[in-house]
Amino acid sequence: MNRFDMKLSAISSNEAFARSCVAAFCVSLNPTIEEINDIKTAVSEAVTNSIVHGYEGDESQYIDLSVVIDGDNTAIVTVSDNGRGIEDVNKAMEPFFTTKPEQERSGMGFTLMRTFMDDVAVTSSADRGTTVVMTKIIRGQKDVGTRGHNQAD
Amino acid sequence: MQSIISSKGIYTVISLRGELDESCAAALRNQLDSQLCNTGNNVVFDFGEVSFMDSTGIGMLLGRYKKLKAMGKNVYIANPHSHIDRIISMSGMYTIMKKIAI
Repeated sequence: MNRFDMKLSAISSNEAFARSCVAAFCVSLNPTIEEINDIKTAVSEAVTNSIVHGYEGDESQYIDLSVVIDGDNTAIVTVSDNGRGIEDVNKAMEPFFTTKPEQERSGMGFTLMRTFMDDVAVTSSADRGTTVVMTKIIRGQKDVGTRGHNQAD
Repeated sequence: MQSIISSKGIYTVISLRGELDESCAAALRNQLDSQLCNTGNNVVFDFGEVSFMDSTGIGMLLGRYKKLKAMGKNVYIANPHSHIDRIISMSGMYTIMKKIAI
């Protein structure tokens, strides 16, 4: 197992940093570019949710992010905040559901997370925060990578 | 994220460049609304130089679509990279904004 943890201010300009860090850490699993993009998008959605909905723009707050590389093909990404929480998680996970339509929110965040990751688990409680655990199985370039390695040898 | 406006044939083309997420969405919305408020043509959003987009981009596009449609303009999407193409497709936006080649 390999793991890294980070704590970052709930500032939207940190989103690119967060998704790039997670993607870079997952490179050891030899993912395809598409799989890297899947992970980056899912991380961006989860971090955006914490900033916009969890903390409602309060930049003094923090988001915790961790990645666990489990075995030779699994990445488990956890994004958690201590914000206001989600009233109805099942409702929030419905496509196009948003509590902030006036801000031109698409309501597609959880849908993209569930589409691009293999498993998404959300736990939330009012005024205590939300934790999103996303698992990605990397099917990737293992054959290509092995061939390349052998040729190099 | 940059947006550059130009004319190409019968279209007003908005060429987007960079990464489209929450950090640039508000400024981009304002810039696009300002660039497009007097357009006389149908509008193409060219995604050829967009390297990343999450669901914030869907909301931004839908918002511009509603405004432009109210002005009687059609809206099109061009050159999205495969991952962005998938996100746009998943959101159902291609049913109202056709993908075209420019």
